[in-house]
Amino acid sequence: MATPNTPLWEVFIRSRNGLAHKHVGSLHANDATMALQAARDIYTRRGEGLSIWVVPSTAITASDPAEKGMMFEPAESKIYRHPTFYEVPEEVGHM
Amino acid sequence: MYTQALNTAETDDRGLEDAGKAAQFQARIDAEERIEPNDWMPAAYRKTLTRQISQHAHSEIVGMLPEGNWITRAPTLRRKAALLAKVQDECGHGLYLYAAAETLGSSREELVDAMLAGKAKYSSIFNYPTLTWADIGTIGWLVDGAAIMNQIPLCRCSYGPYARAMIRVCKEESFHQRQGYEIMVTLCRGSDEQKAMAQDALNRWWWPVLMMFGPPDSTSQHSDTSTKWKIKRFSNDELRQKFVDATVPQAQYLGLSIPDPGMIQDADGHWRYSEIDWTEFKQVLAGNGPCNRDRMAARRKAHEEGAWVREAAAAYAAKRAQRQTAQAAE
Repeated sequence: MATPNTPLWEVFIRSRNGLAHKHVGSLHANDATMALQAARDIYTRRGEGLSIWVVPSTAITASDPAEKGMMFEPAESKIYRHPTFYEVPEEVGHM
Repeated sequence: MYTQALNTAETDDRGLEDAGKAAQFQARIDAEERIEPNDWMPAAYRKTLTRQISQHAHSEIVGMLPEGNWITRAPTLRRKAALLAKVQDECGHGLYLYAAAETLGSSREELVDAMLAGKAKYSSIFNYPTLTWADIGTIGWLVDGAAIMNQIPLCRCSYGPYARAMIRVCKEESFHQRQGYEIMVTLCRGSDEQKAMAQDALNRWWWPVLMMFGPPDSTSQHSDTSTKWKIKRFSNDELRQKFVDATVPQAQYLGLSIPDPGMIQDADGHWRYSEIDWTEFKQVLAGNGPCNRDRMAARRKAHEEGAWVREAAAAYAAKRAQRQTAQAAE
């Protein structure tokens, strides 16, 4: 008999004060408490973190990679959103 | 730990798939882009990676057995703590890898069941026994050393989740090799009996470790496809030679001799090893190694004896979820 599947969780870890939580991987657990404990054991064996978030993988809505062209094109074509687009006279110095 | 010996690519069934998509996919690979789980990929690429990553995961898990054998008998508390940490790492590596394999569409349960049913392979090296404490030193030094040789290029593998898992694994693997070599240094500086024990372990592990890199390039099939897909970046023989060249001076430092009387250093500084006995490799892979039956029996026993824990956790989670639904309805 096949083993029943255990839910999948995504793990996010904040490494130091001031940094954001970062996705580090995923794991299987039956509930949030066990997911947190497993995340501690699997992803922080060498002091990698000060805080852990676990999120059920099913709760994540992702953008469609097939539509990434349309999705991200608006940012690609707007070079005036970058500071280097603007010219500041050299005499003014660093700005 | 790793499974290059088992890494063979599926035949590319490109004719059956959208030729345009396949060409676009290859262009992304050629441009060194990473392929992510939801991207289009040829069915053979998915199948090859599912097999390679899951076999790699199985190898990490089965790899805990030969070393676990010595946790209760480690000579000092320091060695015991280090070995325990190493075996925990191997378990972690197995879990990162199962997670990476799952992104290709198979569940971890399916992958584990395939291994327990004997349908999926794991690295042949773990079918050899750990007879003395020196074997633990030798495994760290050579088996993990060989693993590092293979896994560093895998950090640049075209499949994103596999490459990311390998980066984590490689960071941790260095400790494994160093702790193994430290055990060897200690034994080699010890009594005559201790040094003899170290030499005996090297004698037994040397050839199986060279086999870990897989069949020679002249006979290995399908590696063209894996190379074209940038799953594999170096050939079996290239990696094996790198490993031998790195290892010989380490053995010399220990004052141990490599059990290959025919070994010579060529004009370019490469150490040329004698012919490998591939019949032994095939026998071990076919299930006839010294410990194949033991390893499978131990994995099945652990899985069966853990069944009640998985069932209890699932039942508890279901009960809590039901209670929450009932409360929400009130």
